[in-house]
Amino acid sequence: MADWQTLTDDLARQGYVAAPDLAMALALAVALGRPLLLEGAAGVGKTEVARALAAAREARLIRLQCYEGLDASHAIYEWNYQRQLLAIRASAEAGETGKAVEERIFSEDYLLKRPLLEAITQEMPPVLLIDEIDRADEEFEAYLLEVLSDFQITIPELGTITATARPIVILTANGTRDLSDALRRRCLYAYVDYPDRATEIAIIASRCPQIEAHLAAQIVGFVQSVRKEELEKKPGIAEMLDFAAALAGLGVNDLTDDPVILQASLATLLKTQRDRANFTTEVAQRLAGVAA
Amino acid sequence: MTRVTKFATRDAGPAARVAGFMAHLRGNGLRLGVGEAETALAALAQVQASNPAEARMALRAVCTGSADEARAFDAMFDAFWLNGGRVATRMAPGGDANLSHTRSTATAEGPEAAGAGERHAPDGSDEGQAEGGGEGRLVATGVDSLMKKDLRDIVSREDIAQAERVAQALGRALRDRRSRRRRAARKGAQIDLRRALRQSLATGGEPLHLPRRTRPDRPVKIAALCDVSGSMVAYARPFLAFLVGLMRHDATADAYLFHTRLVRITEAMRDPDPMRTLNKLTLLSDGFGGGSRIGENLTRFARTYARRFVDGRTIVFILSDGYDTGEGAEIGDALVELKRRGCRIVWLNPLAGWADYAPVAQGMAAALPHLDAFHPANTLDRIAALAQELDRI
Repeated sequence: MADWQTLTDDLARQGYVAAPDLAMALALAVALGRPLLLEGAAGVGKTEVARALAAAREARLIRLQCYEGLDASHAIYEWNYQRQLLAIRASAEAGETGKAVEERIFSEDYLLKRPLLEAITQEMPPVLLIDEIDRADEEFEAYLLEVLSDFQITIPELGTITATARPIVILTANGTRDLSDALRRRCLYAYVDYPDRATEIAIIASRCPQIEAHLAAQIVGFVQSVRKEELEKKPGIAEMLDFAAALAGLGVNDLTDDPVILQASLATLLKTQRDRANFTTEVAQRLAGVAA
Repeated sequence: MTRVTKFATRDAGPAARVAGFMAHLRGNGLRLGVGEAETALAALAQVQASNPAEARMALRAVCTGSADEARAFDAMFDAFWLNGGRVATRMAPGGDANLSHTRSTATAEGPEAAGAGERHAPDGSDEGQAEGGGEGRLVATGVDSLMKKDLRDIVSREDIAQAERVAQALGRALRDRRSRRRRAARKGAQIDLRRALRQSLATGGEPLHLPRRTRPDRPVKIAALCDVSGSMVAYARPFLAFLVGLMRHDATADAYLFHTRLVRITEAMRDPDPMRTLNKLTLLSDGFGGGSRIGENLTRFARTYARRFVDGRTIVFILSDGYDTGEGAEIGDALVELKRRGCRIVWLNPLAGWADYAPVAQGMAAALPHLDAFHPANTLDRIAALAQELDRI
């Protein structure tokens, strides 16, 4: 069996149902040692796939959440100033020489590793998830390119730290801004779309096994038609699972049974006031009727 | 469609075919280099390359880099690998070049494949053409436009002096305070521990001097696009004065005119004499008073200049009345595309100053949801009043 099929099965064992495209891209990223860029709408399971991959490989997941203004001291390393100060005080009383103190307080013991440095100093190759890279600004993107191509980081006081194990790098983006061509070229690419009907039913079966096949099919049909409506924020897979769990918790066996319960459980799917207001009982019943 | 392409038996082998496929993709506008070809081969070695479904997925992961490319990839893949022996596709010349020359030495293969790539290159790089073409055409038509309106009759020196003050006020209002990085500064809210510690070593661990750091203001770039179509002539005075004032005040600002075409006027505006700048503007705005294709021009802007000059710290000003001779919906699409650069968009509409104006023009209605701000502006004073409101975006 090919690598990517094995990987699909491994991910399935972690409760992640991966489309063939995505599994292939992941398998190639692992085999070729290239970073993988995942793009897609919010809530299609981009972050989750990294988690599942880490669990499947029994590797550590190191996550770097990007935001605007993210800088080196949060992404790479920072000195532990408080410890350094204490060490200087203690050494003054012990009568240590200045040179010895300096060597000691700028050693690895006093270094706070942030995700990027952490990821390249592991013994086992970890999964490094760089989440929402499009939120970080362009300077950081450029710096990241350097780290991703050399897998080494230079700290002025310590020297250059080279990777002991190459992490499997997964970047996610959901289109806050365009990414640079340089970054896109460096990475393999997969576009993660909302799953098709069969996949989504498989996801329910794997995550909420207590739900019967009949209701699962109805839920998926309903959620997929909700996504086709004009909404400010389309429900993702996590919302769909919440919705399914809510229905299961309320003891619903058939979507069309009780309009009031259906309307109430929409709170798990629709997350803005305007969407909620537009989604009247009639609309919900029409979609539920079609789904059933 | 589903039959695998039959390559000639004297074909040079899988590596050459992949190179041919890369040239085919390049011809269809994907930006791929030698590095990608190498990765593609490495990727194919990892899968069962003889299985079309697997090869398709592997090559898609390597060769595409954005959602649009990923969507278009299937058709390109089919055209090259699964055309069932037909050679009538776009790829035919490149493929033939590869095949017919394999009887010569193996080294002839490389340059030949590259040649096929180049032959396609002009298709892919029409952005470059559009830019070059735009400026070239200006020179050619500059002469007869002299007979048209002279902007020096419309805008006076005093106007420009006032506009410069307006631009200055705007510039102050638009300073970006979003930076979260901190930089060393003499007065700052936070102590720079790293430096403090470093310096304290010299004084035996006593931090005698406390360096500080602060969040610097980040400069905002302005890109202004001014509509100079017929319906805008009445408002040309404040808008052109504003453009000139803006460019004279702010060295990083960027300016464009559009009517039926889009023209970058940034270089022309960098002239110490404001009246000479106006004269140049007159020459550049050939077609002043004609129809306007706002959607088309905004799309062109988003795809060409914006890639170079617009980023997350840019504010794009569009000075236009929103009357478009093209499709209204195109404006919306263009703004979405522009927005993806991370910029903020402000639309200044002269008509909005009227008592009961409603943005019903098709183009304006399509644009509204994508704007960060929409303001009336029919005189310089109105533009000056924007400073407070723009403070918020």
